[in-house]
Order: sequence, then C-alpha cells, then structure tokens
Amino acid sequence: MSDSSTDPTPPLEPAEAAETARVEKEAEKATEQTTRGWAAVGAGLGHNLGLVVALALLAVVGLITAGDRFASVDNVMTILRLAAVIGVVSIGMTFVITGGGIDLSVGAIVALSSVWATTLATQQMANDVHWLLMVTTALVVGGACGLVNGLLISYGGIVPFIATLAMLASARGLAEILSDRKTQIVSVPGFTDALAGDFLGVPRLVWIFAVVAVIGWIVLNRTTFGRRTLAVGGNPEAARLAGIDVRRHTVLLYVVVGVCCGIAAIMLVSRTTTGSATHGMLYELDAIAAVVIGGTLLSGGRGTIVGTVFGVLIFTTLSNVFTLNNLSISAQSVVKGLIIVVAVLLQTRLARRPSS
Amino acid sequence: MTDPSPEQETPAAGQSALLQMRGIVKRFPGVLALGGVDLDVRAGEVHCLLGQNGAGKSTLIKVLSASYQPDEGEIVWQGSATKLSTPDAAMGLGISTIYQELDLVDGLTVTENIFLGHEISSGGFSRRHEATARARALLARLGHSEITPHRLVGDLSPAAQQIVSMARALSHDTKLLILDEPSAVLDQEEVRNLFRVVRDLTEQGVAVVYISHRLEEIRQIGDRITVLKDGRTVATGLAVADTPTAELIRLMTGRDIEYAFPPRPAHSHDTEVVLEVRGLSGERFRDVDLTVHAGEIVGLAGLVGAGRSEILETVYGARRSTQGTVGVGGRKLRRGSVRSAVAAGVGLCPEERKSQGLLLDQAVYRNVTISSLRRFAKSGFLDFSEERRAAEELSRSLDVRPPGVDRPVRNLSGGNQQKVVLARWLLRECKVLLLDEPTRGVDVGARTEIYNLIRRLADEGVAVVVVSSEVEEVLGLADRVLVVREGSVVHEGPATEIDESRVLDLVMEGDVA
Repeated sequence: MSDSSTDPTPPLEPAEAAETARVEKEAEKATEQTTRGWAAVGAGLGHNLGLVVALALLAVVGLITAGDRFASVDNVMTILRLAAVIGVVSIGMTFVITGGGIDLSVGAIVALSSVWATTLATQQMANDVHWLLMVTTALVVGGACGLVNGLLISYGGIVPFIATLAMLASARGLAEILSDRKTQIVSVPGFTDALAGDFLGVPRLVWIFAVVAVIGWIVLNRTTFGRRTLAVGGNPEAARLAGIDVRRHTVLLYVVVGVCCGIAAIMLVSRTTTGSATHGMLYELDAIAAVVIGGTLLSGGRGTIVGTVFGVLIFTTLSNVFTLNNLSISAQSVVKGLIIVVAVLLQTRLARRPSS
Repeated sequence: MTDPSPEQETPAAGQSALLQMRGIVKRFPGVLALGGVDLDVRAGEVHCLLGQNGAGKSTLIKVLSASYQPDEGEIVWQGSATKLSTPDAAMGLGISTIYQELDLVDGLTVTENIFLGHEISSGGFSRRHEATARARALLARLGHSEITPHRLVGDLSPAAQQIVSMARALSHDTKLLILDEPSAVLDQEEVRNLFRVVRDLTEQGVAVVYISHRLEEIRQIGDRITVLKDGRTVATGLAVADTPTAELIRLMTGRDIEYAFPPRPAHSHDTEVVLEVRGLSGERFRDVDLTVHAGEIVGLAGLVGAGRSEILETVYGARRSTQGTVGVGGRKLRRGSVRSAVAAGVGLCPEERKSQGLLLDQAVYRNVTISSLRRFAKSGFLDFSEERRAAEELSRSLDVRPPGVDRPVRNLSGGNQQKVVLARWLLRECKVLLLDEPTRGVDVGARTEIYNLIRRLADEGVAVVVVSSEVEEVLGLADRVLVVREGSVVHEGPATEIDESRVLDLVMEGDVA
C-alpha cells in the first residue's frame, strides 16, 4: 500500500510576476515527489525484500542440491501448479484476515465443494447440459459455506475461530456423507479438457491463480470494498460509527473466501481428476501461514496480496526442494514451522523500528 | 481543596530535589521530540507538567519511566547521577507512572492486579491471604477501603480502577508518582476524591508529577509548575499561587490568547428545524425531546454518566432506542441504524476519538474520506488523487498540522485528530453534527480553534449538538442549553440566560435530594 503517493497536484495559477518563484517551488515539489516516489518504491521493496531474499535463497539451495532437476522449466511449472490451488485459497484468506477475522474451514470447504461438484448426479447433469455446471456447483457450495460462516459470525455473534471451527468439522463430515467416503472420478470430458493443459506454455491452473491474485490486488488496494476491509479490520467500532455496515461487510468477506475455496476445489478436481472428502487437508494452516509470512497483520487492518503470493511460492518451492532431495514430509514440516517463526520475528522487528 | 495551601509548599521548598533532569534531548527519526528539557521535582510536592499536545510531555514521562532512553542530558535521582536503563530499574528506584489508559487486567481481582509482576509467593505458591491483607492496607492508605480486594477490576468504575493503579504504584514503594491526565475519565466528585488522595500521598513524602490540560485543576492541586513548549522547558518551578492563568497560557502557546469562545450571531430561530427528536428513550435516558434549527448550537450539560453520550449515540443510531423518533429534515430515521443516520446527513464525533473515531494507522486522507467513499468511486474503483485533493483542501481549511495527508493519524496531536474527524463530516456536507466531548485531550490553543470551527459550521447552516463535561464550554459555545440529570432533561433554555452555578445546581440536585 505504498503505491500511488505520487499523483501530481495540478499546477497553480500562473501569475507572471511570481513565475520564477513558482518554477522554483514546482521544481522543489517535483524533487519532493520523486523522492517520495522513490521512497515508496523503496518501502514497497523493503516490505517484500525479505520475501524475495527468502525465495532466492531457497532457489539457490534447490540449484545446489538438485541442479538441473530443480532449474528446469518443467519443474518450475510443477511448483507453480502446486502453488496455484493453495494460492487461490490464500488470496481469500488474506481478505478475511485483513478484515479482522480468520477462517479455519477453508480446507473442509474445498473438500465439500470438490465432492459436490463431482457427485454422480452433478456429473450427469453436466454431461447433459454443460461442464460449467460443475464449476458453478463448486462456487455456489463454497460461497454458501462462506455465507453461513459470515452470518454466524456477524449476526450470531460467534467468534470467527469457533464458527469456522464448527464449519471445518461439519463441512468435511458432509463431504464424507455425500461421497460415501469414496473417491469420485471425473468423467466429464469437457471439464477435464477445458482446465487441464497449458495456455501459452503455462498451465491453465497457474493462469487462474494469476487472475485471482490480480483481481484480489485490485479489489484490496483500489476499491471501496478493499478500503472498507482495511477499516473494518483496523478498527471495527470506528468503521461502524463512520457509517460502514460492518456486519454486512464481514459476511461478504467470508463469502469471498468461500468462493475462493470453490475455485480452488475446481482446480484441485481438474488436477487430480477426482473429487474427494480428503481434498484440502490442512489447507487452513498452509493458507494462514502463507498470509502471515507475507506480511498481513493477523490482528487485521493491514493486508498485502503480493506478500501472500510470495508466501505461497516460498512454501511450495520449499516442499519441491525437499521432494527433489527425497527428504521426508516430516522434515519439511519442521522447516516450515521454523520459517513461520523466523518470518514473523523479523516482521515484528521491522514493524517496530519506524513506529517508536 | 479550595486553597493551594502555601503551608505545604514551605517544607518542600527547603528540601533538595528528589529528581533533577538537565538538558534532556530525545530524537526520533526526523523529529526532535525533546530539545533540552529541565525538570526539578521535590519530595512531597505536586509538580504540574503543562504544555500543549506535542509539547513533549508524553515523551518526557516515557524518559522518566525508562520506556525511552534520552540521547543527551543528565538525570539526578536523590543527589546522584543515574541512568534509567529499563522500566524495571526506574520502578526499583521508586518511580511509578500511571498512564491515561490504565494498564490493568480486567479479568483479575484487585489484589492480583496490585501485585501483578511481583506476586507475593513462596516456592511458586501465592500467599493469598498476605496479598489480600497488604492490598487492603494499600487501599486504606489511599482512603478507599470500600474497594474490596477480591473484586474483579473489570467490574469497577474508572475512578476505582485508577485508585487500584495507584495502589499498585504504592506497592512498589513509590517515591515519585507520575499521573498522566488522571482526571480525564472522572466526574467532578471523583476528581475531588482524587485530589484528596494526592494530597495524602504528598503529606507522606511522595512526590507527584501531575499532567493535565485543565488549568483550573492545576490551580487546585499543584504546588509548582513546569511548562513545556515544542520540546523545551520554557519555565520551570513556577509557584502555582504566584502565576496567573493568563501567564500560563502565554507560556504554553507563546502568544497571548484568550480562552475565548466565538461570538454568537444574533439568532433568528425561524430557520428550519433540522433535527427533531421526540420522546426518545433508551439505555440510561428517557423521554428526551430535542429540536435543533439550522445554524444553531445546542449544548447538553450534565455529569458523566447522566446519559448525555447515550442520547447522542442513540440519535445517531449507534444504540437502539426503546421509544420515540428521530427526524432529520422531516424524515424519520430507522431505529438503531447508523447508516440511515449517515445517509440523512448526520455525523458523530465520538467521545473516545482514538478507539471510536479513527483508523489510527491509516493515512489522514483515508480517515477523512472513509464516510464518503462512494463519492470517490467509479463503479467501485477509488480515485486516489481525487480523494487526496479533497482531503488536502479540507485539512488546509481546518488548518490541520502538520500538513500533508499521507501521514498516519496516529502521529497527530489530539486537537488535530479532532479536526480530522470533523473534516470527515464536512466532506459529507452533513446537516446535523453531533459532538461528544469535542475538546477532550485537546490543548488550550487548539481548543479555541475547535470552538471557532464549530461556530463556523453552524454559521454555514449545520445544526450542531455538543456534549461536554465542562459547563463553561457548554455555556460559552452553545446558543441553547439542555441540562441532563439521571437520564432526563431537567432544564432547557438560551445559554445566555443561565450561569455556571445554576447549571451545577441543576446537575447536582438529584444527589442532594
């Protein structure tokens, strides 16, 4: 949010006598603006510099330990494809956390959406009508789960942690009931054809992530919705007294993350060609971790989409490097935990410095 | 506490200083917060620290409590040069600070709060009986035995919580007690009580550094005064009794200003009625009628807790009314809906500016535009430069200092933060402005500006309702005054036809009867 502080104020009236003074003043203003511009760029880099360095370090480790197996185009695409699904969830999570909430149910919502979109009935209808019906189903299911979360939190007065914990349990339970604990194979040709494969040499899933991230950035930084999210997360009481409908806005935030989960479910179904109640296990932890190491404040009021994207890439690259070196998932988890701690420690140090 | 009692000053005057600060300098990146401050405090005196917001008072007390390390200067404690390296060390010497925002834990008992961080225990087990006994003794020393040690602090009134804070300070064997605006949350009776406690403490040899914006309080409680301005000491060790108020104001502001209210225009009340409240009842008040014409300022006087803030917040829709109607420009507002009020052109500057009014970490311009976002949005997308331009224009016209709308509101002084909240409603061109304690935490110089601003708004046709604990402020500023006691309006009339003592009578009557 360090951008766009450089809009020039329109020049004042050109009184001829004061022309020299005016020119001087404007030159002064211009330099001030350039320095401000540079300061903004610096601050932007500064915010994300740690993340860039961390990602670069990981890449160096990958290069040294796995060489060409790491540095191949194929492998980079693998990393991006893996990052895409959790990335979309994390974008949604960024909104909820910036707005002062938390959503523990994202993994369960992904599972439920994936199952609902791939039941025999849905697939049959999709075959009869159009494969987009599966997509719509997942989005609606995800959005509806988010709506329930939001209503419980806003109007039921249940704290987000508990409301979404309940959703975590029941959504995954419902997914198990719907699927009878079986993996549902996708047999709608149009669906798999449309989402699998590449576009301009990049997997379609990665395009989807990119589009979601760009939209997320625009919405958070450039729209009234984003501004209100910052206000609601930063000081809900002040936001309410300023005339913002805090409760409605909070509901919308959970719907946003729910819809993101629906999108992620579709991507996951396409990647695995299955729908399953075991999809999206522990996504909530991965998403929260990515958001937090990206620099979004867990207490709300400050959020960064770019940071979240970096956070997701760091974790995905990490697991890729571990996999290439045949290291266990358990070792991966240990390092992941360390990264979270170090990242947050560094952030609190950096955050404390200028504000004293 | 009517006399500043010179008797108490004489013994103190003979003693050497308990604390001396010499040439204290504290820099922050780009800001010189303290540029050479001197302070002498003697044992057993009440030493008042005066200065406008941003004069460096908070920084100075943070240096004194070792939250900040000074960059230059010398601190002498009981005759020997000292370095206050950590807050713990400062406390160990006997320096305790009670901040404006009390740092108590609501969910713990009075005893637990008093001994928080230095619990009385053996082998890890707390000795609860001993702690309770000592807490009781401390509270008795403060003359507040009625606060029982096992009550939860969250259940106590702000005044009682303050006493608990002081008991906590005394539990550290405090020699110097710093009180940062202690009267801000208290009503007049509680303030009197606080003064008695402070006097008791000084008689026991404790030195008190007292910070307040209210000059009349300093007159009642203070022995000597140090005045800060722009991070420097402009006068130190002034005897309260010998220093006229006008002199103090001159020292604080550096210019001779009157503690003055803008003149009232000769009012014709045949302007249209903008705000019409009929038979409004709600939490802590009942059956309130209130009519405000365009261009009129109506003041609500009354004690803290009489229901004034509740009335304002209910009119605004932030609280739900149980009965009655609120009409703006002839249209009825939806019950309990802030949005309906805002849409009809009502604005509220809430009592707790920081927690209810502002997004402290957000830039000034964002705080100004937050209620008018739609105006700067084209199909949901915000036009930042337009936002900034509008905020800049307003902040120039309200003289928000320092200028520049990109800095976080947190960095502004109280008076300038208030201007930012006002600017928010000016931007909406609201018809009704509800102001709850508009000058709380605002220094003397900025107060006059706020008063002028409010009058200017009224002259532009806004209907203004002002709630204030300071009777003088209500009488000086408003055209018409409503006196509220225990949730009911007990008097209504032109401000010019009633004086301060009559208002106080009306306000107190209930307690006397």
